[in-house]
Amino acid sequence: MKSLEELNKLREEIRSKEAEAAESNVKITIAMGTCGIAAGARDVSDAILDELEARGLDDVTVTYTGCIGLCQQEPLVKVKAAEQPVVLYGNLNAESARKVVAQHIVNNQVVSEWSINNK
Amino acid sequence: MAFYRSHILVCTDQECVEKGAKEVERTLVKELKKFNLDNEIKVVDTGCLGPCEAGPLMVIYPEGVYYGNVQVEDVSEIVEEHLLKGRRVNRLLYEIGDDAEVIAPYQQEDVFPGEMRVVLRNCGIINPENIKEYIAQDGYQSLGKALTELTQEEVIEMVEESGLRGRGGAGFPTGLKWKFTNQADADEKYVVANADEGEPGTSKDRLIMEGDPHSLLEAMAIAGYAVGANTGYIYIRGEYQLAVNRLETAIEQAEELGLLGENIFDSGFDFKIKIREGAGAYVCGEETALLQSIEGERGEPQVKPPYPPSEGLWGKPTLINNVETLANIPVILEKGAKWYSEIGTESCTGTKVFTLSGDVENEGLIEVPMGTTLREIVEGFGGGIVNGREFKMAQTGGTSGGCIPKDLLDTPMDYDALAEVGTALGSGALLVMDDTHCIVDIAKCFMHFFEHESCGKCLPCREGNTRIYEILDRISKGEGVLEDLDKLQDLADVMSNTALCGLGQAAPTSIYSTLDHFKDEYLAHITAKVCATDTCQALVVDDEEEYERSETA
Repeated sequence: MKSLEELNKLREEIRSKEAEAAESNVKITIAMGTCGIAAGARDVSDAILDELEARGLDDVTVTYTGCIGLCQQEPLVKVKAAEQPVVLYGNLNAESARKVVAQHIVNNQVVSEWSINNK
Repeated sequence: MAFYRSHILVCTDQECVEKGAKEVERTLVKELKKFNLDNEIKVVDTGCLGPCEAGPLMVIYPEGVYYGNVQVEDVSEIVEEHLLKGRRVNRLLYEIGDDAEVIAPYQQEDVFPGEMRVVLRNCGIINPENIKEYIAQDGYQSLGKALTELTQEEVIEMVEESGLRGRGGAGFPTGLKWKFTNQADADEKYVVANADEGEPGTSKDRLIMEGDPHSLLEAMAIAGYAVGANTGYIYIRGEYQLAVNRLETAIEQAEELGLLGENIFDSGFDFKIKIREGAGAYVCGEETALLQSIEGERGEPQVKPPYPPSEGLWGKPTLINNVETLANIPVILEKGAKWYSEIGTESCTGTKVFTLSGDVENEGLIEVPMGTTLREIVEGFGGGIVNGREFKMAQTGGTSGGCIPKDLLDTPMDYDALAEVGTALGSGALLVMDDTHCIVDIAKCFMHFFEHESCGKCLPCREGNTRIYEILDRISKGEGVLEDLDKLQDLADVMSNTALCGLGQAAPTSIYSTLDHFKDEYLAHITAKVCATDTCQALVVDDEEEYERSETA
């Protein structure tokens, strides 16, 4: 990195790529801090990846992030589908994670049972 | 993976099956084969779609069209019209729109309205293993700005004006520390990030390093530039393996992009970061013991002065900052010292990350402006006490902090207000306890921890912790006498005044505050031999025992 301009250019490139991806794709973010992993985030992640593959949903991006602070509600998964609000699901396990894929991503319906901000 | 242009989800929940969904699905598969569409369109079973009264139901994606009350004889029409010709079968359409639940976009503020994220700005949002996501959130802009536009003095001035104070617990003004290290004259200097985070009940630094490792790296490089150091060490506790892995990945990625290493931003400034893992001693969070440990010596505190800014690692001037303190730096440089100094209270600016645990509904981490009251945190974010019990006390700042009783729930959480009520903000641990806990038992548990963690170098700490524990143990067994309370007070005085380092000085904080606020409970154990919460087993008389006693009498 030789200058701020170079950094800015890189930042804009990344941002436009991210924006492009956000428009067409569904994005699933799985919280993978120590608290999430301890609560079973790896199982949830495996289940989601498996479910996506079984249903042939290859336009879904799965990404990982750290703890967001809601350790009590781990495993947490954030789903951003096109034309849907961002929904944060909590207290998931492999089984409920599969249901989230089926209901939210395939059926395009928010699963209120596990959404955090729906209380 | 096969590609399908369309997915048809057929609800095979009990109600729809009873209405004939399985037959509908079988017919659908047959019809698709007939028109050679089975390679393009996939039929999937799904769970309840919601409006059961309209079963059998199906939904066709990507259009998201719902068909309700679909009978076997309707299937061929759907296939021919909708799937082959692209025309919707209006007579079977089911309008889902009005029934669908509207859920507002997820916002952090929904979880707790008073929250303000400065340090945790990227945690839980970006992928910590991808530097690009950090850069997209304006990452490394502050480093670039510092190296290309600001002098060392200007950077230090900004940190001073922001009013930032050390988040490790002591609350020392960060800018001043930077200034001292900058002014020290030496051929080599170091920056050390204290990531030992040994205080029980604290995990904020782990969260920052796991969720946003680059913010720490960027801040360390800025600090290195400001004080004139070219090497940084992250001293991290060995248990934090996930954080270590992510930091290693982050360092590698930053070096690849030239954001760490030699001649960063073509400014002639070099900076390298190395990781040193601790072996699990609480005392190594103390800065001089920490430096000893990095040097490969036994982690024991040293006599101060000299302080690390003048003589630290390998005798060279060393800046030691807590992880959370450092994570504030890029934001201060980006948004300005004035912006930062307006958050929080006048003497304690900025935000603080709290690790909330214990008997609250929602345990977790939260970042709020300094001066937010304990009540707001416990009742707001924490959601109150579990099982509808009563709040008894909260210990702030970890095991070395004091206890706040119910009548002080409205204490603002900042360095000065907490010092006034005899406790400390410390690392931001908040351990909440309900009324099922016994004060003597809690105090005993704290002292057991210190008895184990005392390094044994100085007498007040080595002996003091052991003796206090012994006295508390006696009291909990109903063997205490009234003079024990004076002895506790004396021991606490000697330790806090004469122990070599912060460990011994702060260890009796909980003794002071529990004697202050819960003396009645100590007295009940000593005089009446009663433990009101039935926690101290020696004082609990169960019915059977009582019966036996009366029998033998």
